Amino acid sequence: MLKKTTEKPTSRPQKPIIKIDDVWKIYKIGDVDIYALRGLSLTINHGDFVAVMGPSGSGKSTAVNMIGCLDIPTKGRIFLDGQDISHLTESDLAQIRGKKIGFVFQQFNLIATLTALENVMLPMIFQGTPEEERKKKAKELLEKIGLGDRMHHKPSELSGGQQQRVAIARALSNDPQIILADEPTGNLDQKTGKEIIALLRQLHQNGKTIVLVTHDPDVAEYAERIEKLMDGKIVSIVKGKNHNHQHTGR
Amino acid sequence: MLADYFRISLRNLRKRKIRSFLTILGIVIGIVSVVGLISIGQGMQQAINEEFKTVGQDRIIIKPGGEGFTGSTPVTAEFSTEKLYEHDLDVVKNSKGVYKAIGVIIDTGDTEFDNTIKYNNIFGVPTDSYSISFIKTVDFFIIEDGREFEQGDKYKAIVGYRTAKELFDKEIRIGNKVIIKGQEFKVIGIQKKTGSPVHDSMVRIPLDVSRDLLEKDDKEFTTIFAKVQKGLDPINVAESIKKELRNDHDVKEGEEDFTVTTSVQLMEGFNNILNIVQIVLIGIAGISLFVGGIGIMNTMYTSVLQRRKEIGIMKSIGAKNSDIMIIFLIESGILGIIGGVIGVILGISLSKGVELIAFSLGVELLKAYISAPLIIGALVFSFLIGAVSGLMPAMQAAKLQPVDALRGF
Repeated sequence: MLKKTTEKPTSRPQKPIIKIDDVWKIYKIGDVDIYALRGLSLTINHGDFVAVMGPSGSGKSTAVNMIGCLDIPTKGRIFLDGQDISHLTESDLAQIRGKKIGFVFQQFNLIATLTALENVMLPMIFQGTPEEERKKKAKELLEKIGLGDRMHHKPSELSGGQQQRVAIARALSNDPQIILADEPTGNLDQKTGKEIIALLRQLHQNGKTIVLVTHDPDVAEYAERIEKLMDGKIVSIVKGKNHNHQHTGR
Repeated sequence: MLADYFRISLRNLRKRKIRSFLTILGIVIGIVSVVGLISIGQGMQQAINEEFKTVGQDRIIIKPGGEGFTGSTPVTAEFSTEKLYEHDLDVVKNSKGVYKAIGVIIDTGDTEFDNTIKYNNIFGVPTDSYSISFIKTVDFFIIEDGREFEQGDKYKAIVGYRTAKELFDKEIRIGNKVIIKGQEFKVIGIQKKTGSPVHDSMVRIPLDVSRDLLEKDDKEFTTIFAKVQKGLDPINVAESIKKELRNDHDVKEGEEDFTVTTSVQLMEGFNNILNIVQIVLIGIAGISLFVGGIGIMNTMYTSVLQRRKEIGIMKSIGAKNSDIMIIFLIESGILGIIGGVIGVILGISLSKGVELIAFSLGVELLKAYISAPLIIGALVFSFLIGAVSGLMPAMQAAKLQPVDALRGF
């Protein structure tokens, strides 16, 4: 293991859920090679709350894609729960993503033609969950995040914060082990952003592994640890200052 | 799961109403023309077959003029300058296997009744007792009301069922006067309904009078009908008539100046022509359906481009390539089948409308026949066109890399 984290508050087992091992991603644009990742190594254990921070151009987006099994590396290996996924086909990756990873995007990325409830149900459709179960689960999730009365609204009828909460409910629908949040507060005002972070912290307390990608240092401080990315690799790891503090956003 | 994909697809189509409508319109036009043409074609075929049923299968029809280039098409004989005479009737009567034969004049002309003039078929038939006994066995000459001709009848007429009941505003009754080609006739009989438009709308007058009125030669016939002796094959009898007539006219085989057709051959001849016409028309309609399919393909490609981001989102939350592909295929299939349903409904209305208009104009052979296989076939076909046209765009959508798709360009 390359980077060993030591700041575990509880006695959780140190079992890696995602292990990125010397991953390179090189894009070819014309004759020019663009190095998006240059030997990225990163280990995320079960139950971690990790922030990945870096300025634009640092390879942050590419790193997110690797962690989220959305892309495969040019070189190097990625392990998800011990399974090497670096060479899987797109359809196999889709299966894994659907089951193990819940995405929360900066743009919310809800399907505009579907209601909040249907959006939350969608990942379960792809996993073949029976309709009754899907509906029950989606309703529960929406009620839990306080949108029980808005579940039949389309995304365009919801505020940004509400949309992001629907997206989080959607991310949770298949009970994934990992929540991968890519700039989840980027399109929200400060107050709403804090609410979303609070929600993520709550999920972490309930045992989910959270990977939070951000360029905002204030947001990153809520993580257990911050992995700083620069020029396609991790350059430093620090502890999040506010991780154990009570947040005040609510 | 498929039900869910249907729901997702329907939502997408509803969101893009105008584009969906225009795409569907392309298929509708194609299906309307195919359904309309096939149902009218099949209807005509049925009407013609009905027509021949009333003629009977043991009949042989002899018409003047050779078969020409087109083979045994009875139509060509109509334009012939050749003629048949009483002498030819005798030859036919004496041919092997012929039970009885009569010569008639068949033409069209105006009939006036109740101060209105209508065109219909005029049959000039012989009134001697031998011929009358033959006529009485012919399905389309059977009298329902009044009497058959007798020897010596002159300006007397027998009218078909439709001529009597429907052709004029006022019904023609026994004893009424009708004016045919300027000559007054007294109606003595009304024929039974045959179901065949041609026969139901005829006017029958004595042969000699018809020759004068229709300006035919003395002793001329336009058609000779022969009835085959019981148990003999009409085709063999037709061959023997041909042989006798060839000898009599002193012509070689293949150079006949007359045409001998059995009623079955005649029917087949008509059906052949009709089939060719139908194939050509349906081929043309098929082109419009093909264009409709291209319309679907175009729409689906645009849709894939517009929804790249959505595809990316779905992939990121666990949609496999096959899921994306199915969603897009269902979408294009729905476009096809909706077009098909509307097209079938409009197509049936169109052909029924044509039938009604034709009927009101007196053209009764133009009928629409709508069969279950036609409807089901049209629906299945329209779904297939939709699905096949959507196949390439759907594959393109499925192949998108989630990373690229999420970026939305």
